[in-house]
Amino acid sequence: MELIFEKSVSGRTGVRVPLSDVPKAAPLADAVRRRDPVRLPEVGELDLVRHYTNLSRRNFSVDTNFYPLGSCTMKYNTKVTENAGGLFASCHPMLALLPGGDKLVQGPLAIVYELERQLAEITGMEEVTTQPLAGAHGEMTGIMVIAAYHKARGDQKRKYVIVPDSSHGTNPASAAMAGYEIVTIPTAPYGDMDLDLFRQAMSDEVAAVMLTCPNTLGLFNPHIAEICAIAHEGGALTYYDGANLNAILGKVRPGDVGFDVIHVNLHKTFGTPHGGGGPGSGPIGVRGDLVRFLPTPRVVRRGDGSYGVEDHPEGIGRVSDFFGNFGIMARAYAYITLLGREGLIEVSEQAVLNANYMMARLKEEYELPFDQTCMHECVFSASRQLEHGVHAIDVAKYLIDRGFHPPTVYFPLNVKEAIMIEPTETESKQTMDAFIEVMLEAARMAKENPERLHQAPVTTPVGRLDETRAARMQQVCCE
Amino acid sequence: MGYCPNTPDDIRDMLAVIGAASVEELFAPIPADLRAKSFDLPPGMSELELMRLMREKAASCGADITPFIGGGIYDHFIPAAVDHLSSRAEFYTAYTPYQPECAQGTLQALYEYQTTICRLTGMEASNASLYDGGTAVAEAALMSLRITDRHKVILDGSVNPLHREIVTGYLHGLSAEAVAVAPDGCASDLAHLMAAIDDETAAVIVQSPNFFGSVQDFRELAQKAHDHEALLIVSCYPIAMGLVASPGEMGADIAVGEGQSLGNPLSFGGPYFGFIATRKRFIRNLPGRIVGETVDHQGRRGFVLTLQAREQHIKRHKATSNICSNQSLCALRGLIFCASLGEKGFGELAQLNYDKAQYAKSVLGAVRGVDLLNDGATFNEFTLALPKDAAEVVQRLLDQGVAAGVPLGQYYPGMERALVVTVTEKRTKDEIDRLAALLEEVLWS
Repeated sequence: MELIFEKSVSGRTGVRVPLSDVPKAAPLADAVRRRDPVRLPEVGELDLVRHYTNLSRRNFSVDTNFYPLGSCTMKYNTKVTENAGGLFASCHPMLALLPGGDKLVQGPLAIVYELERQLAEITGMEEVTTQPLAGAHGEMTGIMVIAAYHKARGDQKRKYVIVPDSSHGTNPASAAMAGYEIVTIPTAPYGDMDLDLFRQAMSDEVAAVMLTCPNTLGLFNPHIAEICAIAHEGGALTYYDGANLNAILGKVRPGDVGFDVIHVNLHKTFGTPHGGGGPGSGPIGVRGDLVRFLPTPRVVRRGDGSYGVEDHPEGIGRVSDFFGNFGIMARAYAYITLLGREGLIEVSEQAVLNANYMMARLKEEYELPFDQTCMHECVFSASRQLEHGVHAIDVAKYLIDRGFHPPTVYFPLNVKEAIMIEPTETESKQTMDAFIEVMLEAARMAKENPERLHQAPVTTPVGRLDETRAARMQQVCCE
Repeated sequence: MGYCPNTPDDIRDMLAVIGAASVEELFAPIPADLRAKSFDLPPGMSELELMRLMREKAASCGADITPFIGGGIYDHFIPAAVDHLSSRAEFYTAYTPYQPECAQGTLQALYEYQTTICRLTGMEASNASLYDGGTAVAEAALMSLRITDRHKVILDGSVNPLHREIVTGYLHGLSAEAVAVAPDGCASDLAHLMAAIDDETAAVIVQSPNFFGSVQDFRELAQKAHDHEALLIVSCYPIAMGLVASPGEMGADIAVGEGQSLGNPLSFGGPYFGFIATRKRFIRNLPGRIVGETVDHQGRRGFVLTLQAREQHIKRHKATSNICSNQSLCALRGLIFCASLGEKGFGELAQLNYDKAQYAKSVLGAVRGVDLLNDGATFNEFTLALPKDAAEVVQRLLDQGVAAGVPLGQYYPGMERALVVTVTEKRTKDEIDRLAALLEEVLWS
């Protein structure tokens, strides 16, 4: 399809700019004036609408296709929460920071405050801040809080953060951005971070250990409380990566287990849309004695029931411009309010049921490296298909031809040819059955006609793309 | 309740396949002593009740206030097509385009976005978006440390103070230093900025237009930075790019900014998007996702995420940034906004902002006792010196339904009487005249 720039016709105009009701001003001085106009496409409004409508049709999405992308919790995004989130479009955030301005924005401030309370209850933490703008941003903020905690205690020698080798790449990257060196612990044959190696790695130089629970294999780590205890004995803090929180809503609260800092992905667990790669929202929660290190500002509820904005002088400073991705937060607040206690418990139960059903039906044909009850997702290996020269990516591409978005492949890194399936709670048995049939068909085809899988996809506007060429050419914008 | 479609029959059949007696049995791997101690939330509600509650909250969000405030976030007109097209579910319910064959919509749109950002900023390579303006400045600072292998950036005091706080926080953990150079009145103190650059400097960070609204020529500063093999980072306001010299024209090596003004609603602080663009030779040091052009086996053009070896999911702690989710949908809105206006419209829009602000400058500057503090050129913001405490004046005008500007005292001690006023194309002559009358009244009655 042509680029919008390639559809440009000189002199064609789209939306009309309002006429001026003030006199034309003297021109801007030459030294600071732009020389040439910005080369934007000149298209009519219908051209524009067709272009982006047709582009959108080149996407798979939750609303059009089953999207069992492991670790991403691609659940249905309720429409009423979209409407709810849009109600605040005209609210300027600077109003809240003006002297006397907070009384004008009591509605959104109440949402920030109440969402923080909801998330604190759901996760078992003392306080929450909604400032971080995505999960990874939450991780970095959380590790900065941990650094501030150690510093306030005069404990300056802690320079390491421990992560399991199965962790999301963001964990080590976030800790590194907060100034830490990384110690990676291998996975033991039982599927979790090797407990003995972890014990050996613990020392008074370790600032924190970061864990995902259920882990990235979709398994609940039975040693989780012990890991927290070992970390705490050594003076380190424990960080909970909330990517997989959907599995344990109402069942387990990280705060009860012994985690000190957590982040939550509102765009995963709390049903806000993924937007083609954001916007997300990554609030963090902390235990009581870490509250003072949370970033500034804080939204507070005053004695008279009104809401205000306060500086948080002991905190780690500011991590985003205002109160976080408010539009996303408002949607998550609406989602939690809509579902309520029982609805959220149903979420984790049905998510776990769906994943176990998927696992039970596929394990005859696909290698299941850790054959035990899973939580919200299950991880297979395409190792048996590899015997016929078929890789996980070939299965993934064939699924596209059959109208399914592929699962996550090649993650976690500790499973060879990984295929990570997260159906989520919003899918029906019938949808999963249709997906399972195609997965089984792909397994058969791997034995009988592997070439068909290598050729996939053939139904999409483009076939497999040459990524090496893209990296070599570095063509990232049109001339 | 939880939008879970399985019927009791489905659930029974599924449990039979699994070989479990109940759903609860599936949670057996969780040790009993780790079970939630509390889950105290109210029962759910219907859509009708929810919308009633949300409308109640939305009723108190300052929607009836006439905003002359900016502070990096601007009340601009949004063409209807932006909402309609970005609301296509194929865009907003998709995720990061990991499987390019079924994500060409998102990928091509991001490629067009990157092109748009390059053209706005006068740069050669853009990523697919960052979180917001403040974190974009911080990411640019980190990028300059990587490129130069140095540990110091010079941070101009006329950069948005909220952004400066974020930069300082990001640098803190890395034992890198941000050297602050105070502004000279409402302008960057170019002499002091240049004097501060040495062979240890990774970058100088300035903003155009700056927090006071002033627009300056940074070409000499760029030259001085380059003489020391340091970089110039310019944070810019994208709407201004229709009229004001771009970072590229000024000699910048990295251009960043807050993208909100391009088609994203105010929405109480987000979601917006940050943008970052640079010279092609620094492309491997960019943070975050980048979309690149390529072909499939039949030679058909297509788009993929490229140069992923920079990123956290491959490089882990050695990645250029931890960023994963960015602000794709907001970037898409920015793209559609720009394409709606087109080359001519975008220039006209910038001119209209400038004209309105110049008119407001003359009217407000004529109010008794009020002086204009900017010496040189401004775009759509300017700074007034009031004869009274600006915070107090703003508070009194809020009661009259007008947010007159951002008082500077809280950010610049000593500037308690200074007020930054923003005038976008949405402010009418009548609203500007009313602000002048109200100001006169509050100051002198």
